Amino acid sequence: MTTVRIADDALAVACGADAVAAAFAAAGCTVERVSSWGMHWLEPLIEIDGEGFGPASVADVPAILAGTGRKALGRVAQHPFIARQQRLTFARAGQSRPLNLADYAATGGWCALDRARAQSPADVIAQVIGSGLRGRGGAGFPAGLKWQTVAAAPGTRKYVVCNADEGDSGTFADRMLMEGDPYQLLEGMAIAAYAVGAGQGYIYVRSEYPHAIAKLRAAIDLAAPRLAPFRIDVRVGAGAYVCGEETALLNSIEGKRGEVRAKPPLPAIAGLFGCPTVVNNVLTLAAIPHILAPQGASPYDSLGVGRSKGTMPIQLAGNIRYGGLFETAFGITLDELVNDIGGGTASGRPVKAVQVGGPLGAYIPPAQFDLPFDYEAFASADALIGHGGVVVFDDSADMAALARFAFAFCAAESCGKCTPCRIGSTRGAELLDRLRAPIRVIDPVGALPQMHNSPKALRSRAQDVALLEDLCETMKFGSLCALGGFTPYPVLSALRHWPEDFSVRDTTDGI
Amino acid sequence: MSDVMDAEDKLAGIIAVHRGHEGPLLPILHDVQAAFGCIDPAAERAIAHALNVSRAEVHGVVSFYHDFVSAPDPRPHVQLCRAEACQARGAEALVPSARSAAGERVRLSDVYCLGLCSVGPAARVGGNLYARLDQAALVALVESA
Repeated sequence: MTTVRIADDALAVACGADAVAAAFAAAGCTVERVSSWGMHWLEPLIEIDGEGFGPASVADVPAILAGTGRKALGRVAQHPFIARQQRLTFARAGQSRPLNLADYAATGGWCALDRARAQSPADVIAQVIGSGLRGRGGAGFPAGLKWQTVAAAPGTRKYVVCNADEGDSGTFADRMLMEGDPYQLLEGMAIAAYAVGAGQGYIYVRSEYPHAIAKLRAAIDLAAPRLAPFRIDVRVGAGAYVCGEETALLNSIEGKRGEVRAKPPLPAIAGLFGCPTVVNNVLTLAAIPHILAPQGASPYDSLGVGRSKGTMPIQLAGNIRYGGLFETAFGITLDELVNDIGGGTASGRPVKAVQVGGPLGAYIPPAQFDLPFDYEAFASADALIGHGGVVVFDDSADMAALARFAFAFCAAESCGKCTPCRIGSTRGAELLDRLRAPIRVIDPVGALPQMHNSPKALRSRAQDVALLEDLCETMKFGSLCALGGFTPYPVLSALRHWPEDFSVRDTTDGI
Repeated sequence: MSDVMDAEDKLAGIIAVHRGHEGPLLPILHDVQAAFGCIDPAAERAIAHALNVSRAEVHGVVSFYHDFVSAPDPRPHVQLCRAEACQARGAEALVPSARSAAGERVRLSDVYCLGLCSVGPAARVGGNLYARLDQAALVALVESA
C-alpha cells in the first residue's frame, strides 16, 4: 500500500491539506500526517517514497498516484530550497510525525535531556554559555548568562517560561516548531529547568495559534513521564501583542493586565510570582537539545559570524515567490535570501523594500541588501533581526502608509504604561496624516491654549519632519519596552529611504 | 429561571476547575468567554468574589485583552489578517468587498498575524484558517460564515 505523507501544520491545513489527505485515504493510501518541510509555496506538499508533489489539490490526486502530472518535484530532501539550508532546530521538519514519541526517539530525541541530567547543572549552563546561543526572540541576550543568573538567584521556587507569543507579522518559526516538533521544545525546557532548578514551566501561546495550542497540550500529556519531575502547562494569550514582551507576558500568566514592568528587577531575579524565572523564546529553547547533544556545543559555536553564533531559522514572507522557513548559519546576506533563495516577489514586480524583524523592524531598501544576517551588522545599520522574519514588498508599497501603520499598530497595542508609547504613537499617526494632507492645517493639539511651548502659526513641512524625528527620538529612548522603543525604526527608515512617498498624498488614493 | 441557574452552575464549574491553579484568572476568562460569548458584569462579580480580588481588577483584565468582550455578539465572526505580510500580498485591497459582503450579518474584524505570512491574504473563522485568499474566495468565505 502506498504511504502518503502530508503536513498537518496550520499553514498546510489552511492551504487545503485536510481535503487532499482525505482524498488519498479514500483512494486506499495510508496517510501519514507529518510536520511541514517549510516550503510554503508548495503546500499542500505530498511526499511518496521521498518524491514530492505540490502544491496539490484534490483534483491532482489520481495523477500523483499514477506517478505523472505536472506537480512532480523530484526528491524533496534534495530540493534546492532544502539542500541549501543548515537545519539544526528544524532538522526533523517534514520528516517526523509531530506527536509520535517513537519518531522523536528514533531521531535523537531525549538524548540531550538524558545527557544533561547525568551532569551537574553548572556543567549544563557552561555548555550553553560556550555555545554562544543568544535569545532568538529579538533581544539577542546570551541564553547561558540568563540561566546562570536564575540558577544563582536565591529561592527554591523557580520557573521556566517559554515565550510563544509570536505576534510579529512575517514570523511563523515558533508556530512551525510547536506544531511540527513539540517534543524538542519540551526537551529544551526540561533541560533549562534542570539547569536552573525549576519545577514548573509555562508555555505562553497566543490565542491566534489554536493548532499549536492543541499540539502542545497533547505533547505535554504524552511526554509527561519523560519530563517528570518537571511539569509544563500551556497558557493561552488573549490577543494582546504587547504580551510578547517578557514582563507583560509574566503579568498575563499571573492573571493581570498585560502591562510592561519596569526593569530592574530582571525576571531572572524576580519574575513570575516574584520568583527567579527563565524567559526564553521557543527557538532559543528548541536549540538547546542540539547544543546538549553528544556532539556538543562546539559545532554550534563554529557556525555563524562574529558574536552571532549558530543557525537562525529565517522566515521568508510577504510578497515573495518562494516563501517559507529557511534555517541557516548567521552571515547570509539579504540579497541571497530575497532574490536568490526567495526568487524575488510573488507578484513579479521589482522589490521595493523588506522589513526584517516584525512590525518594529526597519524597512531596508535593495541598495542595502548586502547586509549580512548578524545581530551587530543589523544594529549598526539602524535595523534589527528581531525574530528573523523577512517581509518583502513590491514597488506598489506605499512606505508612508506603512509608516503610519506602524504608529497606528503601536497605538492599538500599547499597554498604556509609559507616556511616549501611549501618546506618542497617536501623535505620530496624526503627524503623518498632516504631512500628507493636501491642505496644511495647524496641529489642533498644538493650538490648544495650555500648550504654551508649541508654535501657534502653521508649521512648515520641514518643521513637521523635524517634529516627527523628535517624537521618534523621545519614543526610542523614553519608552519602557520595545513596542514604543522600536516603533521609530520602521517610521524613520521609511522616511529616510523613501522620502518621496511622504509627499502630499493624491486624495483619490484612499488608504 | 432554570436557565439562570444553569448559567450560574456553569460559571461556578469553570471557576472550580481553575481556582486551585497558579494565576487562574486568564484561564477562567477564556472558558467563560467561550461558554457564554462574553464576560458580563455579573460574571466579573462572581469571578472576583471567588478569587478574592476586586471587581475592578477583574474588569481591568477583561477590558485589556482584545479577545474578551463584555456583551455577546452572536453573529458569525470572520477575522481578516491585516498585518504587514498580508498587506504586502494585497490584503488591503480585499477589505471593501469583504465589508460589503459582511454587511450587518457577519462580524468582520481585523487580526494582526495568523502566522500564515508566506501564503496570505489569510483569514480565520472559528478554529478554521484560510490562506491564499483572493477577492472571490474571501467574499465566498464571508457569505458562507
